[in-house]
Amino acid sequence: MSTATETHEDGHEDSHEHGMSDMQYIKIALILAAITALEVATYYVDFGVLFMPSLIIMMVVKFVVVVSYFMHLKFDNKMFSFLFYTGLGLALFVYVTALATFKFFIA
Amino acid sequence: MWLFLGSECLLFGGLISTYMLYRGRVQDGPHPAQIFDIPFTSVSSFVLLMSSLTMVLAVTAAQRKDFNRANLWLIVTATLGATFVGGQVYEFTAFYREGLGFTTSLFSSSFYTLTGFHGIHVSVGVILLLSTAGILKKNKATGDKAESVELIGLYWHFVDVVWIIIFTLIYLIPA
Repeated sequence: MSTATETHEDGHEDSHEHGMSDMQYIKIALILAAITALEVATYYVDFGVLFMPSLIIMMVVKFVVVVSYFMHLKFDNKMFSFLFYTGLGLALFVYVTALATFKFFIA
Repeated sequence: MWLFLGSECLLFGGLISTYMLYRGRVQDGPHPAQIFDIPFTSVSSFVLLMSSLTMVLAVTAAQRKDFNRANLWLIVTATLGATFVGGQVYEFTAFYREGLGFTTSLFSSSFYTLTGFHGIHVSVGVILLLSTAGILKKNKATGDKAESVELIGLYWHFVDVVWIIIFTLIYLIPA
């Protein structure tokens, strides 16, 4: 979480923390909004066999984008990524196993 | 903070998997497909997603030491969060009127527990955002102000990513 701030000749300070500008964050938010609109579209349009995989993929993409860019995990110390993804991985493993014991994945 | 967020993954993982297990267990009362209002929840999701943008703008403003602008974005984020919570209260009220009480079925209990816990997290986030905005405005922050805003930001974005999962698994994928 180190901060590198550069002051220009006109006194305007431009943050270079994580190397991203406000406009880049707005672009990312627009991409996330577009993915959300696509997700909602799957509720109204028949995607056939692609329905479930496309929803899961879009959910994972949104999750990774928010965590990587908005939470700056992509630019932070690798230890933070380890702590977060270890918790996430452990949660996934424990609960997928628990659901499997209840035969959740058998239709 | 990252360790805390990792442990929160376990909490919400448990609540989500419990819901997945019980969402088809409707002995009495309405089924999920009968009561979910997807257009309304989509708007709520969009509001929460945009609050993540305003939060990151607050963080970058704080890092530029532009605390007036950071304060403004913090208040906008809190307003969007409060709008989301208001939407959730409206949704719960509508569901209750349609006959979906907390103890109506295993589906309703697990649904209200999961979304209620998330709503509590958003409410706590709104209080933290407003408190931080107040502390910054009165210049009473101890330590690095930008780091304080960034820590609140991490919590807020986490609440958003949990909703990304809830919105897909609970609302969009039918039971």
